[in-house]
Amino acid sequence: MTQKKDQLIIAGRAYQSRLLVGTGKYKDFEQTRLAIDASGAEIVTVAIRRTNIGQNEGEPSLLDFVPPDRFTYLPNTAGCYSADDAVRTLRLARELLDGHTLVKLEVLGDPKTLYPNVIETLKAAQVLIKEGFDVMVYTSDDPIVAKELEHIGCCAIMPLASLIGSGMGILNPWNLQIIIEQVKVPVLVDAGVGTASDAAIAMELGCEGVLMNTAIANANDPIMMAGAMKKAIEAGREAYLAGRMAKKLYSASPSSPSQGLIS
Amino acid sequence: MNKATSMNLKINGNIKSFDDSSITVEGLVTKLNLLGKRIAIEKNGMIISKSEFQNITLQDGDQLEIVGAVGGG
Repeated sequence: MTQKKDQLIIAGRAYQSRLLVGTGKYKDFEQTRLAIDASGAEIVTVAIRRTNIGQNEGEPSLLDFVPPDRFTYLPNTAGCYSADDAVRTLRLARELLDGHTLVKLEVLGDPKTLYPNVIETLKAAQVLIKEGFDVMVYTSDDPIVAKELEHIGCCAIMPLASLIGSGMGILNPWNLQIIIEQVKVPVLVDAGVGTASDAAIAMELGCEGVLMNTAIANANDPIMMAGAMKKAIEAGREAYLAGRMAKKLYSASPSSPSQGLIS
Repeated sequence: MNKATSMNLKINGNIKSFDDSSITVEGLVTKLNLLGKRIAIEKNGMIISKSEFQNITLQDGDQLEIVGAVGGG
């Protein structure tokens, strides 16, 4: 019997790793690369920003350490507060990455909480999909919005676990579960994971993957944490596939035989 | 009327003066030491594809955004 490979499929492409990582907030590019390697991630997010004009020609860039031919780049729209800005950013990203269509859409609504503006997000998603982008979309954990984003044609729905960079973990597993049950495209938790158990819980709930940045980059030892996250994602996924035992409330069930006790 | 011997371009929000009266996008990219770098350029709100860099001539007052990929989550 051949066992079917458990792969993450996004926009028709298969990935072995269910951990997606950001490339921000690291000490330097060397640490960025080592952490990504330890995480086993194949998809890495990048931001699109104005180039330093007048920079030294030999100045290293992220692309030297995280080569786009070895990793799947996922350009994001971090910092965009309107659909127009997000669309404009991703058009530039597509040009920058030679026609690459897989993108992460996020439209923010508030600089303090970085909470997503789902109205602008929906508008941007509509335009981008019409233009041929494969849109992985960051959103709130509202199941109705998630379904609407799927209906528009997003290739992955990525609700927050908690606020971006907060490390507060999964605040509403119930909503996540409703989204996972109702949405047919992959659901990935994006934002809010703080430590390995958060990632494992997301996977145990049935998420197809987790996207994180700060939980790794802001750990005391980012490279070790990247390895911990890799294991947590794998363990959580296997536990989900294995199917957990039913919870028995308020009554125990012994694991050892009740017969043959010495008296 | 005097022929313009220099021009101003607004690049990434800053005005930059150039001695030339006209310059192609490729010429500008070379001047800025960005040749061969992975960048994308928007001129007056429209993206210029790399294949057009040598054909498009910039004019006084053009607004350019030159972007690249940086670390982010």
